Amino acid sequence: MMSSNQRVAPTPEETRWAAFKDRLGRGWYKFRRNRISLVGGAMVLLFVFLASFAHYVTPYPHHAGAYTDFINAFQPPSTAHWFGTDSLGADVLTRIIFGSQISFMLAGVVLGISVPFGVFLGLLSGYIGGKTETVIMRITDIFLALPALVMALAICAAFTPSIDKAMLAVASIWWTWHCRLVNGITRSIKTEEFVQASQVLGASHLRIIFKDILPNCASPIIVKITLDAGFVILVGAGLSFLGLGAQPPAEDLGTMISIGSKYLPERWWMTVFPSLAIFFIILGFNLLGDGLRDALAVEEGV
Amino acid sequence: MVEGKAILDIRDLHVWFRVYEGLSKVLDGVSLHVQEGERVGLVGETGCGKTVAMKAAMGILKSPPAQFPQGEVLLAGHDVLTMTPSEILKMKGRTISMIFQDPLSSLNPVFTVGQQMFDVIRYGRRRASDDGRLTKAKLRKTAVEELTSVRLPDPERILKLYPLELSGGMRQRALIAMALVNRPRLLVADEPGTALDVTIQAQILALLKALVNEAGIAVLLITHDLGVVREMAERVYIMYAGQIAGEGPVAEIFDDPKHPYTQGLLSSVPRLTGEVLAEGIPGTVPDYTEAPSGCRFHPRCPYAMDQCVNQKPPMVELSAKRHVACYLYSGGGNE
Amino acid sequence: MSEPILQVENLVKYFPVHSGLLHKVVGQVRAVDDVSFDVQEGEIFGLVGESGSGKSTVAKTIVQLYGLTGGKVYFKGKNMSAMTKQTAKWFRGEVQMVFQDPKSSLNPRRSIISTLEDPLIIYGMGKSRMERERMIRTLLEQVEMSSRYMYKYPSALSGGQRQRIAIARALAVNPSFLALDEPTSALDVSVQAKLIHLFLKLKEELALSYLFITHNLSLVRTIASRAAVMYLGKIYELGPTDLLFHHPIHPYTKTLIAAAPVVTKEEERVKPQEMSKEGEIPSPVNPPSGCAFHPRCSVAQSRCSEALPSPVEIEAGHFVWCHQAQDFAASESIKAETTGSIGR
Repeated sequence: MMSSNQRVAPTPEETRWAAFKDRLGRGWYKFRRNRISLVGGAMVLLFVFLASFAHYVTPYPHHAGAYTDFINAFQPPSTAHWFGTDSLGADVLTRIIFGSQISFMLAGVVLGISVPFGVFLGLLSGYIGGKTETVIMRITDIFLALPALVMALAICAAFTPSIDKAMLAVASIWWTWHCRLVNGITRSIKTEEFVQASQVLGASHLRIIFKDILPNCASPIIVKITLDAGFVILVGAGLSFLGLGAQPPAEDLGTMISIGSKYLPERWWMTVFPSLAIFFIILGFNLLGDGLRDALAVEEGV
Repeated sequence: MVEGKAILDIRDLHVWFRVYEGLSKVLDGVSLHVQEGERVGLVGETGCGKTVAMKAAMGILKSPPAQFPQGEVLLAGHDVLTMTPSEILKMKGRTISMIFQDPLSSLNPVFTVGQQMFDVIRYGRRRASDDGRLTKAKLRKTAVEELTSVRLPDPERILKLYPLELSGGMRQRALIAMALVNRPRLLVADEPGTALDVTIQAQILALLKALVNEAGIAVLLITHDLGVVREMAERVYIMYAGQIAGEGPVAEIFDDPKHPYTQGLLSSVPRLTGEVLAEGIPGTVPDYTEAPSGCRFHPRCPYAMDQCVNQKPPMVELSAKRHVACYLYSGGGNE
Repeated sequence: MSEPILQVENLVKYFPVHSGLLHKVVGQVRAVDDVSFDVQEGEIFGLVGESGSGKSTVAKTIVQLYGLTGGKVYFKGKNMSAMTKQTAKWFRGEVQMVFQDPKSSLNPRRSIISTLEDPLIIYGMGKSRMERERMIRTLLEQVEMSSRYMYKYPSALSGGQRQRIAIARALAVNPSFLALDEPTSALDVSVQAKLIHLFLKLKEELALSYLFITHNLSLVRTIASRAAVMYLGKIYELGPTDLLFHHPIHPYTKTLIAAAPVVTKEEERVKPQEMSKEGEIPSPVNPPSGCAFHPRCSVAQSRCSEALPSPVEIEAGHFVWCHQAQDFAASESIKAETTGSIGR
C-alpha cells in the first residue's frame, strides 16, 4: 500500500517564517494581478516619498514657509520653475510638496485618533448587542447623517482657525465610519462557530474580542483606512480652502488653491497644479485601496 | 449502448487553470455522454473536478483562468468550447437547464417567485419560434401549471411570494419548476438534495424523477452522495481527480464495484444494516499542480503496479454497458 | 448499573423572538421542549433529527453555550444549572464540543498553532511557548496530522483536516465528554470514514463518552449504542440502536429511516414503510398541538392532535412517544409494557 500524505504544494520547513513568506507571496500575487492597483501603490509611494524627503527633493527648499521674493512673483511655468511661482515669488512645485506634508500629517493624525476609537466602540457595541448597541449605533447614525465637511466646518468655526483644530474636528466625526464598519463585522462574526468554540473553551469576552473577532476585521479596516486617507485629505483641503485649516505661511494644498483662486484665470498655474496634486494623491489612495481589498481577501476554503 | 442521440457528449476533455502555485491540471481526459431521456449520475468527492466538468458542459467556465488544451464538449452536436457567448446563451434555458445545490442562493430574493418564473418562460420561448404572442394570461397559466406539477399547494398564492417566504423544500420545488418549464432536453442537477432535510429530499427526488421521466428530459446528476445517485440515476460515472474511473448501470456498479477507488468509496459508506465501517481510503486527494502521473489514483491504490504510474489506463469494456479504467482488468476481459 | 456521566431531565430551551425598535419579545422559538435522556460512561449516544428538531440546541445547551430555560442537567452527578465559577471552569475542562461546519469552526484569520494554543493558555497548561508548542505537536499526532501544519491557516487545509484540528482543540483540555454536532456531515464519505475511525480510536484511548448528533441514520446505526429521535423539540423514540432499527415504532422514525439514501439491496430490504404524507416540516415557533408529527402522519387519529403522547416502553430500554405505540408494537408482535416514568 503506497502511503502518501502530500496535500498542498508542500513547504519543506514548518517554521513560522516559511509560512509567513508564503502568505506574503500569495498576497503579492493577488495584488499584482490587478495592474491598476499597482499604479495606485506606486503613486502613493511616490507621493509619500516626496513628502517625507521634501527638504532634499524639492528644487527650492528655502521657498517653503515664510519666503518672499516679489520680483519673481507670478512667473508662469518655465524650466526654472516647473509649476511657476506664486504671489509671493515662491516656487509652486516646492510649496506643493511641502504642502502635501501637511496633508499627509493631517491624514495620519486624524486616522490615528479616529480609527482606534471607532474600532473599539464598534467591537464593543457589536459584541454586547442589545440596548447598548442600539444606543451606540444610533449616535453613530446621527453623526453619519451629517456631511463630514459641514460638521468639521461647524466645529472649526467655533474656535480660532488652525490646522490642529481642523484635525480634531475631522477626527471627531471620522470615528463613526469605522465604528459602523466594525460593528457590522462583529455582529456577523459573533455567531460563527469558531467564536462559539472559544466560548465553549471558556475564553473570556476580552480574549474573544481581541483574538477572534478583531483579526477578522483587520483587512476591511486596512482597506478602509487606505481609502479614507484620500478622503480625509480632501476634507482637510476643503477646510483649508475655506480658511479654517492650515494657515499661511504653512500652507497646505487647500490653502494654496484658495489663495491662488483670486488670480484666476490669467495666473492659472497657482490653482491648477495644487488641484491636480490633490487629485492624484486621492486617486492613488483609492486605487491602492481597491487593490489591497483583493489581496487581503480571505481565501475561500477547499 | 448507442440508442438515441447523445444530448451531451464530452470527449477527452482536459481543463487547466493558472494559479499561484503553477498550472493546475484539473481534468485529464474526461469523456462522458448523456443520451436523450437518460438519467446519468456523475459521482465523485470534493475536488474530483466534477463541478469543473459540469461548468465546462454549460459553457460557463471563465476562459482566462481556464484553458482547454484538448477535447470537446458537444451539446446537441455543437462544441460548446468553440461557441460564441451569444450562441451559448441561445442554448441555455431551452436546450440545457440547471438546478443548483442551494435553492436560496439560486433565487433572487428581491423578486417574487412569479416574476422570476415569468422571466424564465419569456426567455425560453423567445429563443425558439414562438407559438403566438406571450400574453400575461398565458404566462400565468403556464407558471401555475408548472408549479402544480411540482406539487406546490396553492400555486396562485406562491407566485406572489418572495423566496424567503418559502421553506427550503418549497423553494427547491419552485426551482425545479423553473428549470423544467421550457422543457429543456438536458437538465443538469448539481447536488439537488444536499441542502434539504432527508425526508424532504426523498420527496423532492422522487418528484424530480417522475417529472423528467414523464417529459423525456435527460438528466446529468452531479453529486457526492451515493445514496442519491442510486435513487435517481440509471447509469453512473465515477470520477476521481479529474479522471473517469468507471462507468455503468448503477445497480451493477454499487453491488459489485470493480475499480479500487469505487470499492474504497462504497465500503466507506455507513450501512443502515449497521456493519462495521471500513477505514476509508488512505492518503488524500492530490494537488492538481503536481498531479500523479498515469492513473491518478495510484498513490492510494492497494493494487498499484508499474503501468499505473507510467500511463493512464484506457477504458476497458467489461460488458456492453460497463467500462472501467484500470489495468487490473485489461488483461483480456476479466469479469 | 453505573451512574450515567450525563443526565438530562426535562430540558427546555426557548429563544425569544424580538421585533421592533425597542426589542419587544413577540414570540418564542421552542427549540427544545422537555427532553430527557442520559448518556452512560464510555457510550456513544446518538441524537437524530432534521432541521428544527432541536438536536443541535440540546448539545449547545448542555455545553453551556446557551442558558437553560428550564429543566436540569447533571454531569458526573453535579447539577450544572447551579454552578459556581469554579464548577464552571471544571465543567469546561470536562465537556467540549466539535462543531459541524469545517469552514467556520476554525477562525480563518488565526494560524493552527494560535487556535490550538488558546485552550492551553486559558487553562494555564504549559508555562512557556516552547512547552505549549510541544503539547500542540502531541495533540496533532493524536489526531493524525503532521506538525507541518502548525503555522498554516485554515484556508490551506481540507475539510477533513480542519475537523481534525477542531477535534484537537476540543481535546486540548483533556475532556471526558464530547458533544459532536454533525462533525462529518459536511465531509466526503471516504473522509468521513477516516474521521469516524479517529473518533472511535480516541474514545478508546482517552476513555471518552460521546453525544453524537447527526441526521445520517446509517451512521447512527453503525456507531451509536443508543439513540433518540427528535422532532420539533421533543424526543419521540429512544432506545438501543439495534432495537430501534429492527423495530421502529413511531411513524416519524419509520419515515426517517425509509427516507435514508442507501447503497445496497440489503439495506433497501430492511427499510420500514414510510408513514407520512407529503408535506413540510413546521416551524418551531408555532409547533402543532399534541404530537407534533400529526399533520404529516398518515395514520394520525384525533387524539394525536389533542394530547401529548406519554412514553411507552415496548421492549427493554426502547421507549416510544406515540398514542398508538402499543397497537403498532402488537402488529409487529413485540411485547409491550407501559411505564409511568421514563427510566434509564
